[in-house]
Amino acid sequence: MNSMRPINRKARKIDEALVAVTGDVQALQNRGGEGKVYYPMGCTLNFTPGWEVDVSGGTAGLCQPVERDLFDCYLGCGWPAQVPDHLNNAPDWTDKCASAANDWRKVDIVFP
Amino acid sequence: MSSATLLTATPSYRLGEYHAFDSADTAFLYLVPSGAIFALDRLGKEILDRVAGGSLSRPELVEALLDCGYEQRQVQSALQEFEHAEVLQYGERHTEPAAVPERTFPLQRIVLNVTNQCNLACTYCYEYSADKISKTDGKPKYMDQQVAESAIDMLIQESELRPKIHVTFFGGETLLNFPLLRSSVGYAKRRSAEVGKHVDFSLTTNATLLNEEVIDFLSSNRVGVTVSIDGDRELNDRMRVFHDGRGTYDTMLPKIKLLLQRHRTNSIGARVTLSSGVSHVRRIYEHLTGEVGFDSVGFSPATANPSRLYHIGPQKMESILGGFEELAWEYRDHAVSGKQHGFTNASDTLKELHSGISKAYSCGAGLGLLGVGTAGDINLCHRFVDSPVGKMGHVNHGGIDHTARRAFLETHHLGARYDCHTCWARPVCAGGCYHEAFIHYGDTSAANLHYCDWIRGWNDLCLRIYGEISVRNPVFLDRFSDN
Repeated sequence: MNSMRPINRKARKIDEALVAVTGDVQALQNRGGEGKVYYPMGCTLNFTPGWEVDVSGGTAGLCQPVERDLFDCYLGCGWPAQVPDHLNNAPDWTDKCASAANDWRKVDIVFP
Repeated sequence: MSSATLLTATPSYRLGEYHAFDSADTAFLYLVPSGAIFALDRLGKEILDRVAGGSLSRPELVEALLDCGYEQRQVQSALQEFEHAEVLQYGERHTEPAAVPERTFPLQRIVLNVTNQCNLACTYCYEYSADKISKTDGKPKYMDQQVAESAIDMLIQESELRPKIHVTFFGGETLLNFPLLRSSVGYAKRRSAEVGKHVDFSLTTNATLLNEEVIDFLSSNRVGVTVSIDGDRELNDRMRVFHDGRGTYDTMLPKIKLLLQRHRTNSIGARVTLSSGVSHVRRIYEHLTGEVGFDSVGFSPATANPSRLYHIGPQKMESILGGFEELAWEYRDHAVSGKQHGFTNASDTLKELHSGISKAYSCGAGLGLLGVGTAGDINLCHRFVDSPVGKMGHVNHGGIDHTARRAFLETHHLGARYDCHTCWARPVCAGGCYHEAFIHYGDTSAANLHYCDWIRGWNDLCLRIYGEISVRNPVFLDRFSDN
């Protein structure tokens, strides 16, 4: 809220309820649209495959290079990525790959 | 909504219910009944001033604000906030219905009146004075182990899924039945451990029977202690006397000092009962913190029928509020510089304001708290124990009488207290103490109208202090958050 700044806990709940009604998802670099709340899209949401760009429009440090992307998708991400999944089908897939940047060649092909 | 309003294309705004206050050069709103506190910016204040000044529809208000130089986007966003928080409303006011909890409320605390005997004869005592309501004839003087254990079992069972429960020991003078206190603590701990609950303890005492053995037991079991004391020798001994009329101060003082020195595991507070001759708030506070060594001191006016000599009249209440105000500002100064202050009336109210409490019932009596008398009778709270009023079962005969409890909750809900419906302080007060109401009006469900101005004055003061702390040292308020 802008004209009414929440001070106590109850006020913050009222504020959050308003945000829930008026907030919207926005692309990462479009921070702070008119009366909108900033919910960045990215790997924190289940239905997005990764950051497209960071808040300044750059790509460094996101899901690049591919080695980093690999572990994020394999281990922690619920998105049905184009890599084997750790939970059910390929629990041992990266056992020989302690550091993706160095050992990526030891990651084998998995056939479904 | 009336038919006339429906036919109007752009109905006028009306102001919702709130209490406006200023503090630290900032305008605040305390919303009723939600208990939310908001700070307003310049536009927010302008909106309220304009709607208060005359009937305006949204388009009219927008136009007026645009003429003042505010931007369209800013105005629309602000109005959305005011409507959402119901500070600006359309149509007619609606009153809150009495919404009694749908199902049984889980018990959180029992107060065991372990004895109805006392070694003192304080003039204002609600258990023994002219305003006595308990009928102890035929009841045992001391609670026995079986009754205490049944009461604890009842607490554990009726607390349902609550992970934490609390047992308070009360009297009479609690320490007259120290053997029961000791065995009950052991039993409650053992039973709680069996069912995976955490139990903690507190007691109220007049301190005259404290000794090293008692203190070490209290300390090793982390029992919170409230000591009843009314100030220095002169003030304390006006009301707090032995049966032969001797003052109690000289007996209490060394024992209290021993308690403060040896018991370090839980809070030890002083509880002062103010009466017509004992209303020197600052003097009492300074003595109890400075000379005796308490960290926290709370004050409460004696509950008494207006006909009693020790009853505090309206003028004296004003002077007490003045004393409270002085200490509350001192509390503010401490808070702003990040220091603790022991005036618990202020810290208790600030904690409630911080959470934004909005009470349907003025206290937990009959809801999460019940009192148990020496014979096992269950009652509304410790003040009503063994009284025919507020009786709610027996620990050995069927436990809590849920029908009586529900009937009580229906008739004592804030929604049923019509006198309170237009008061801005009702989220924190909700009508006040049932016992106080019974002594004054003969009716537990009556609102304590003799306290209204006082309660509003006190809450306004605490709101201003809360607002100032939120501006000057907001981090201090974190200590009021629950863990």
